[in-house]
Amino acid sequence: MSIVFDKGKCVSCKKCLSVCPGSLLKSGTDGKPFIKYEKDCWGCTSCIKECQFGAIALYLGADIGGRGSKLTANIDGDIVHWKIEENNGKVHAIDINRSDSNKY
Amino acid sequence: MNSEIRVERLTTDILIIGGGTAGCYAAMTIREYSGAKVIIAEKANIKRSGCLAAGVNAINAYIIKGRTPEDYVDYAKKDADHIVREDLLLTMSQGLNRVTEKLEKLGLVILKDENGEYVARGNRNIKINGENIKPLLAEAVNQLENVKVLNQVNIIDYIVKENKIFGAFGIGVNDNILYEIKAKAVICATGGAAGLYKPNNPGFSRHKMWYPPFNTGAGYAMGIRNGAEMTTFEMRFIALRCKDTIAPTGTIAQGVGAKQINALGEVYETKYGITTSERVYGTVNENKEGRGPCYLKTEGIPPEQDEELIKAYLNMAPSQTLSWVEAGKNPSEQNVEIEGTEPYIVGGHTASGYWIDTKRSTTIKGLYAAGDVAGGCPQKYVTGALVEGGISAKAAVEYIKNEEDSNILNELEEIRLINNKKNEVEKILNNRNPAFPPEQLEEAMQKVMDSYAGGIGTNYQFNEKQLDLADEKIDQLIKLADGLSASTMHELMFVYELKERLIVCKTVIAHLRARKETRWHSFAENLDYPNKSDEWLKYVNSKLVDGKLQIIFRDLVGRGETYEHSF
Repeated sequence: MSIVFDKGKCVSCKKCLSVCPGSLLKSGTDGKPFIKYEKDCWGCTSCIKECQFGAIALYLGADIGGRGSKLTANIDGDIVHWKIEENNGKVHAIDINRSDSNKY
Repeated sequence: MNSEIRVERLTTDILIIGGGTAGCYAAMTIREYSGAKVIIAEKANIKRSGCLAAGVNAINAYIIKGRTPEDYVDYAKKDADHIVREDLLLTMSQGLNRVTEKLEKLGLVILKDENGEYVARGNRNIKINGENIKPLLAEAVNQLENVKVLNQVNIIDYIVKENKIFGAFGIGVNDNILYEIKAKAVICATGGAAGLYKPNNPGFSRHKMWYPPFNTGAGYAMGIRNGAEMTTFEMRFIALRCKDTIAPTGTIAQGVGAKQINALGEVYETKYGITTSERVYGTVNENKEGRGPCYLKTEGIPPEQDEELIKAYLNMAPSQTLSWVEAGKNPSEQNVEIEGTEPYIVGGHTASGYWIDTKRSTTIKGLYAAGDVAGGCPQKYVTGALVEGGISAKAAVEYIKNEEDSNILNELEEIRLINNKKNEVEKILNNRNPAFPPEQLEEAMQKVMDSYAGGIGTNYQFNEKQLDLADEKIDQLIKLADGLSASTMHELMFVYELKERLIVCKTVIAHLRARKETRWHSFAENLDYPNKSDEWLKYVNSKLVDGKLQIIFRDLVGRGETYEHSF
């Protein structure tokens, strides 16, 4: 369980740095954030939801059945656009309206 | 070159340690009732810190139409088989609906029917969209006047003299600063303890756990070290979760009515009972007897339920949705495998924590406890933690009114305490010859607890001989932990976190050994005493006296009573 940064998409806004509940993200020598303690990630996706540029993705470790897919999120008003991209390039999009309650 | 740490001295009226669920609500309550200055010291950032980082699936403690707070007390008492504080449960239950309304006013989305009534899920729960519950709370706190939030400041010790608190010491998580925060009253809201036992996924995904891995038992450890009385650490909490992702099962079980089944497809809960510990025990036992793995039976649910489950999990445990999607199988096509987690110490679910009076005062004067760190009051969940934040805040406000001029700590003593703490911290930062890194001692501790104090590896069971060994080995690790070093402030936090966990482990072992019965399967299953007995209808408490942990037995407190400490 951890996250991975796409440095090409990162604009160094550093908004992700402060929200990690484990303070695991630090600023690198290139001025861009990175996860310093990747095995310590809880998988909460706080940083992912903070990033407006889709530069951070969650993946499942192989030890818990991960197959290399990446989960990102983009927030547009009340809508959270979640995206799961499989290794083979197949993309699943799931939109969630924050003003809708869970049905369960 | 030796590292030197800068000292920053701050003063406030009320210090809140931990800006999670209870801590945030305590700050809001103080502002409502008083002009007292407040500092919240938070080890991460209150926006997403604590248990609610990813979100929460439902409000699990709510008095639905036709039910009463007394019903909630009855439920919690039954689930814990009588070892609860009914005074605490009742005062908590009476506030559940009030704090829920407040959450809704802050912007929490709660499902309502056509008459504008909340839609219940089961007997005590209501349906919400809890993805942004923590940012909503944090935003409300950030707008409060005279409430200073110190993000990324990790509190490492209390300042206590003659059993009275005067504040706390903290360290910057990134900055080279030792904080001395003086306060007239302190509310401890640090949360409980994860990471004591070897986790379900001990490798790369070691932190894919139920409870926040960053809740390291700091509040418990600081209390224990300073002589506070603690209660019921033997009632460990083990969650029943989706395998691998350790995501919640309640949304599936209650949401789509999925039953727990074994590998033969048999519904097994009828054999074991349906209390929280019985559900875990049943699953463990089915596996032990060769009828595993166990599942939540989701195969055959309608496709629209698939879609709703996938969305619901994104709002609280996104890894489960990722797991379903990348496996290419929806819940309707494959049952969800379940397992018990490693044991945690967490007063929001079971009854472990500070021994407090009805107003949430600990046995240290001026120190209050709320949320997971407070004992005696299980099944709090989010709303119960909010209520306790509120009760403790009101009590702290009352307390400081009468404590204006009673500072018995003089400046010289204070300087000495600061210098001692500075030396302690700098010794770790300047140690060039550590025998082991903290990570290695953490793994050793988790292995000891797993093997000898009833972890996953022994199906949560233990006997006295094993507990003796656990105690001896934890003592050895405590000695080794004195030789740890840190090259950054974050590593310094790792060192303190490990030391906190070791102290909590010692207390858990002592409590497991003291309750000579098996009242709760899995949570405290003592093979030397496999049955329960009415003789043990009492609390097991403990207190550090002259460096030794003493066990204290106390009589049960009923719901009509008001409990007060005799200082």
